[in-house]
Amino acid sequence: MSTATEHQNLDARVPDGPIDQKWTRCKNEMKLVSPNNKRKYDIIVVGTGLAGASAAASLGELGYNVKAFCYQDSPRRAHSIAAQGGINAAKNYPNDGDSVWRLFYDTVKGGDFRARESNVYRLAEVSGNIIDQCVAQGVPFAREYGGTLANRTFGGAQVSRTFYCRGQTGQQLLLGAYSALMRQVAAGKVELFPRREMLDLVVVEGNARGIVCRNMVTGEIETHAAHAVLLCTGGYGNAYYLSTNAKGCNVTAAWRCHKRGAYFANPCYTQIHPTCIPVKGAYQSKLTLMSESLRNDGRVWVPKDVNDSRPPSEIPEEDRDYYLERRYPAFGNMVPRDVASRAAKERCDAGFGVGETGLAVYLDFKLAIAEQGRDAIEAKYGNLFHMYKKITDEDPYQVPMRIYPAVHYAMGGLWVDYHLESTVPGLFVLGEANFSDHGANRLGASALMQGLADGYFVAPYTVGHHLASRSLSSVTTAHPKFKEIAVEARNRIERLLSVNGNRTTDDIHRQLGQIMWDNCGMARNAQGLAAAIEQIRNLRDEFWQNVKILGTGEELNQSLEHAGRLADFLEFGELLAQDALHREESCGGHFREEHQTEDNEARRDDEHFCYAAAWEFQGDDTDEKLHKEPLRFNEVELTTRSYK
Amino acid sequence: MTNPAKKRLSLHLRIWRQSRTDEAGEFRDYQLQDISPDMSFLEMLDILNQQLIEQGEAPVAFDHDCREGICGTCGMMINGQAHGPDHETTTCQLHMRHFNDGDTIIIEPWRARAFPVLRDLIVNRSAFDRIIQAGGYVSIKTGQAPEGNANLIPQQHQEGSLDAAACIGCGACVAACKNASAMLFTAAKVSHFVQLPQGAPERTKRVLAMINQHDEEGFGACTNTSECEAACPAAVSVSHIARLNREYLKAMLTATD
Ligand SMILES: Cc1cc2nc3c(=O)[nH]c(=O)nc-3n(C[C@H](O)[C@H](O)[C@H](O)COP(=O)(O)OP(=O)(O)OC[C@H]3O[C@@H](n4cnc5c(N)ncnc54)[C@H](O)[C@@H]3O)c2cc1C
Ligand code: FES
Repeated sequence: MSTATEHQNLDARVPDGPIDQKWTRCKNEMKLVSPNNKRKYDIIVVGTGLAGASAAASLGELGYNVKAFCYQDSPRRAHSIAAQGGINAAKNYPNDGDSVWRLFYDTVKGGDFRARESNVYRLAEVSGNIIDQCVAQGVPFAREYGGTLANRTFGGAQVSRTFYCRGQTGQQLLLGAYSALMRQVAAGKVELFPRREMLDLVVVEGNARGIVCRNMVTGEIETHAAHAVLLCTGGYGNAYYLSTNAKGCNVTAAWRCHKRGAYFANPCYTQIHPTCIPVKGAYQSKLTLMSESLRNDGRVWVPKDVNDSRPPSEIPEEDRDYYLERRYPAFGNMVPRDVASRAAKERCDAGFGVGETGLAVYLDFKLAIAEQGRDAIEAKYGNLFHMYKKITDEDPYQVPMRIYPAVHYAMGGLWVDYHLESTVPGLFVLGEANFSDHGANRLGASALMQGLADGYFVAPYTVGHHLASRSLSSVTTAHPKFKEIAVEARNRIERLLSVNGNRTTDDIHRQLGQIMWDNCGMARNAQGLAAAIEQIRNLRDEFWQNVKILGTGEELNQSLEHAGRLADFLEFGELLAQDALHREESCGGHFREEHQTEDNEARRDDEHFCYAAAWEFQGDDTDEKLHKEPLRFNEVELTTRSYK
Repeated sequence: MTNPAKKRLSLHLRIWRQSRTDEAGEFRDYQLQDISPDMSFLEMLDILNQQLIEQGEAPVAFDHDCREGICGTCGMMINGQAHGPDHETTTCQLHMRHFNDGDTIIIEPWRARAFPVLRDLIVNRSAFDRIIQAGGYVSIKTGQAPEGNANLIPQQHQEGSLDAAACIGCGACVAACKNASAMLFTAAKVSHFVQLPQGAPERTKRVLAMINQHDEEGFGACTNTSECEAACPAAVSVSHIARLNREYLKAMLTATD
């Protein structure tokens, strides 16, 4: 897949005018569907995480007929549930100088100047409404003694703007959105389709008009028609096999849409989170995050001496290297994730790593416990410490945690314009599945904010505009396109089942993960990326010749589900590597070893790469075509990020 | 810090196998060797499944997703205990260090009329969604919310509310209860809202509707044995059931229709 570069301006439909008036202007100019007409429109929402649940509930409340799909047995189990640390909003409750502009600025800078300014500004603008909405739903955010909402600090910011519910913020936010969704189900405005896997998108006359999915209990291939499809299917971190994502997270829905015409933007921007529990054995099935919020009170260090094998409690202060505080005095332990991850890798590669494998650094709470007391630390992070102990059998109140970076989040995703619409009209993409707001690196506590901004406050307007401004012919599942695509989906399943080789899906997925981690992880170079592309192609061939899936398609068959997802990761992984290979610069989570400064910081190349790379599918085994959306920075001056 | 070489385990597993809801199931026996005590219980089952696939036998179907103890997807009876022997722990967070070399482990799905088995260890828990649909929400639309700090909420109310809202909806409470009652699940949601001002306007309607749905789904009555609390991985206390009972009584007395 060599790069056929095409200079074409993608129309992002960003409204004119000053940045702080763009969204208002856009809302004023959008066409409306009158209240009585809303019930004539059907909308499919795939995914019930923060983005999907909030969108489906809000659209149901407006009066549209909504169908909501997820692969879990209940919408409440979407992976948003696992978010720990918190959600940002520019409320400025602590009176420490926060503002919409500052949240916008921090996010653009944190993203290493690779996001679209207008989208980020809107995100910051609606952030306060999100908190209000969640509080009104009964989300029990942490409070001060006086009963007001409490905040904490997250990486990449010098103000305290993160709202939280202990270490289970995502759970509480999702349960809030889920309860709103359940209310609409009871009201008859949303119909639920759990245990469904979306397998394909149906495009009729150029518009997204429905989906094909598999009932994961009966195996039946179902078709559903609508006037708009909202894809809220989360991120693709599991391309690396080991990640902090849930086991079922996949790229299938997004990848299938990509193959039907939706451009895929910046797939190489993956976030490697600095604080995860290290890998312990070959049987490892996933990695567990220890929230970034821990860096508020935990200090990261390694021994100063490469050969120091003493247990951490016996290493005195003067023999410890608090390398983040040393290298980045202004932000210290609170530098953004990409910076913290690379710094940990640098220390471990240089031989200073700790633990059995040497691939770990300490995250130490001794000072915080001494200063604030154990109870205060327990109140803030109790469930995280509990989880750490369950997994490692070590008590972090007594010994420092051992942590190492792990794949965590996908900044890349389907390309969307200001309306969150993909290059397929009528296909909207929300939440982690789109590429829109985080550039090359996402700041902590900003994904929850984005998912809910998209679902509660953006899509309900822009989807209405799509319905009101385009003439959509009447299409049902009787349309031949639905039959055609359902047959393709069935054939693909048959093809998977008929391979009948020798290797399990887990085995092949692990191998893919190793290729991705070794070559497309925290540090990348041209040679490794080219090799990865070759290896992924070979593994893809191996998969189609040698995968072993038992059973049939007409039953609950978890190996078959996994095989379908793995097949897509095996195609997607190649695009990720291709994108990383073409981007000859270092920015955010994308670090090219060829492009670094003398003190090992990322060297961006704004002259040549200040654009979003949007890839167009051209056919199986054919080069994808690159489209560039130039990024213009009118508000925030393009500078080198510095956290020193 | 680093443990001395830990002994690897040989295990005898008796696992419930059932190919679909309307077919009879049975226990089948399997042997596993060389299991690391640092493995999670689900990683142990992953290894079993690799072996089964290689031998041409259908792998054991079990529900799981986050593997972090928060999504509530996993759940099975392990030697008669919901989520197994470790306190406040989901199956995915249970580690093999809680077992001994040579142990026999009996693994079954949740058993409850309202949770029909779909396959092997997977059950259908959609009854829980319907209980929430009956009233487990605050009736507020997107865009109607007042300023976040408009209501001051005492810290202890918020904390108490979060203790209840921490429920992960896994169904262990039902599986552990001899009556297969879902009262702890239902109470957790009622108690979450009762402790907050946002929940006040609908408190009467909510508790009546949710209890009504609970009974309609075929869950049993609560006879206060507290097995649910012991099994709950999220440490939801039976005191929430007491609160639910008070709410229910009050609602019965004050309901106008
Ligand atoms: C461990 C962890 C901790 C985190 N902590 C934070 C934090 O503190 N703050 C923060 O801001 N962000 C955090 N994040 C990131 C954040 O949680 C996610 O980016 C965000 O929740 C994603 O929401 P979403 O709605 O886009 O997708 P998800 O919540 O992942 O939902 C995806 C939905 O799509 C459905 N789906 C997927 N594929 C298919 C398919 N093929 N067919 C049918 N349905 C499908 C799923 O069933 C699910 O309902 C964390 C992430 C992780 C993994
Ligand atoms: S798999 Fe999510 S709680 Fe166990």
